[in-house]
Amino acid sequence: MRFMMIVKSAERSGPPPKALMDAIAKLSDDAAQAGTMIGGGGLGPTALGARVRLSGGKVTVTDGPFSEAKEVVGGYAQFELKSKEEAVESAVRFMELHKKHWPGWEGETEVRQMFGPEDFAKTA
Amino acid sequence: MAATDTHRAIDAVWRIESPRLIAGLARIVRDIGLAEDLAQDALVAALEQWPQSGVPDNPGAWLMATAKHRAIDHFRRNTRLERKHEELGRELVTKEMAVPNFDAAIDDDVGDDLLRLIFTACHPVLSPEARVALTLRLLGGLTTDEIARAFLVPEATVAQRIVRAKRTLTKERVPFEVPRGAELAARLSSVLEVIYLVFNEGYTATAGDDWMRPALCEDALRLGRILAELAPQEPEVHGLVALMEIQASRSRARVGPSRQPVLLLDQNRALWDQLLIRRGLAALDRAEKLRAENLRAEKLSGAQGPYTLQAAIAACHARARTAEETAWPRIAMLYEALAQLAPSPVVELNRAVALAMAFGPQAGLELIDTLMAEPSLENYHLLPSVRGDLLAKLGRFDEARPEFERAASLTRNARERELLRQRAAACARESAPPQPQ
Repeated sequence: MRFMMIVKSAERSGPPPKALMDAIAKLSDDAAQAGTMIGGGGLGPTALGARVRLSGGKVTVTDGPFSEAKEVVGGYAQFELKSKEEAVESAVRFMELHKKHWPGWEGETEVRQMFGPEDFAKTA
Repeated sequence: MAATDTHRAIDAVWRIESPRLIAGLARIVRDIGLAEDLAQDALVAALEQWPQSGVPDNPGAWLMATAKHRAIDHFRRNTRLERKHEELGRELVTKEMAVPNFDAAIDDDVGDDLLRLIFTACHPVLSPEARVALTLRLLGGLTTDEIARAFLVPEATVAQRIVRAKRTLTKERVPFEVPRGAELAARLSSVLEVIYLVFNEGYTATAGDDWMRPALCEDALRLGRILAELAPQEPEVHGLVALMEIQASRSRARVGPSRQPVLLLDQNRALWDQLLIRRGLAALDRAEKLRAENLRAEKLSGAQGPYTLQAAIAACHARARTAEETAWPRIAMLYEALAQLAPSPVVELNRAVALAMAFGPQAGLELIDTLMAEPSLENYHLLPSVRGDLLAKLGRFDEARPEFERAASLTRNARERELLRQRAAACARESAPPQPQ
């Protein structure tokens, strides 16, 4: 089963502590070594982004930053795992690192299953 | 957290931690059967304690510490056992005191331990079935029941295989180590064979089967990716990973809406998984670069390995945005290299198809005709099927028709049989003048 981990938090000016980045790098290495993490990346500031929205039959483009948003997506990763529990466990470990290395930081990791061939077979 | 939630969390922790746990323990006790028993003991302890105490901050270290205490108990209880065990017990206690930090005990050389575990589980002294079962159990973290469902055999059979395999490893005194020198190549190919066997078992499972069967592809990919991290200098490991990633990228396109198989050239390429293709092409690139480096260092013969060659063929399809863009001359060349490396009539048949696609049906037909007397292809429906197709393309319909009929009589797939009969009928219509009855 493939999962997308979507990490959200308030947009901050300061960079994350080096200890956190090191710990995350170690966790990513471990996940790569375990053959579970198959892709991922960090996202730039919303100031460099834009939103393209369809509403009321009208497509509008709004340039960043998205100052009204409480939390924005900061990064994502794709995992191939056996179960949702395994995905949740991986996300818990990721958040524990934040707890340890970035006091005061708040945010969430959303764990979402991606569709695989077995889901297509079911709907067919 | 409710007790059932905790149990599910423990399952997840087990799946993540058990290979490293068993590998680390096996290094100390030098017996993968005992190592697995100790790891299982630790799991039982977790199931007893965590629902009350909660999942510890570092569950891997907790399991390792618990397993190590059990190991010490085990050796102390068995003081009257053979002297070898006593020595091991003392070594264990010494190690225990020397390494009080269980965190570090897990991280120390865990890669090497895992590699030793893979090589031991795939040891040629075991039958291929036993290797597969043991590898999935110890490194894939699958339960006996899951392995049984995946391979469509009774659970007792798998349990037996695993017990016997462990016994054989002990009896044959298979050392818990990574083979070196001349032995490495042969042993590595045994490991790759096991992983690819697991992959193919999943890949050939049709839709609608138990989901455990297609999931074997993911298990094999996971094992392959682990191996690629542990043995990054081996070109064929990356070759196998590349082959599996690219083949798995097509899973979604291989089955049609009514679950019928869809052949490669008819697949909707928009359904191919681009992430897996990118990973596959990157792995293939690594395999080819390593081989080039080894060649420069004169460590290896010039031959590309069979998995890398098959991956290169798969990559030709993956790179083509449409079936028409396929680089058939290159595929024909790669099949030729593969045929030289591992001669096989099936490889020749594939080469004939590639030749026909690259240089016209006549070029393919000439090679096919040399295969007609091949005993191993006597009942292989694809031979007459391909020959019929090439003959029909050349307008030789009255020769094509019996080939399609023969292929139809040989295939076990009802849908394919129907298709082949239709083609035979079409040939009969095209034949002119009609044969007098």
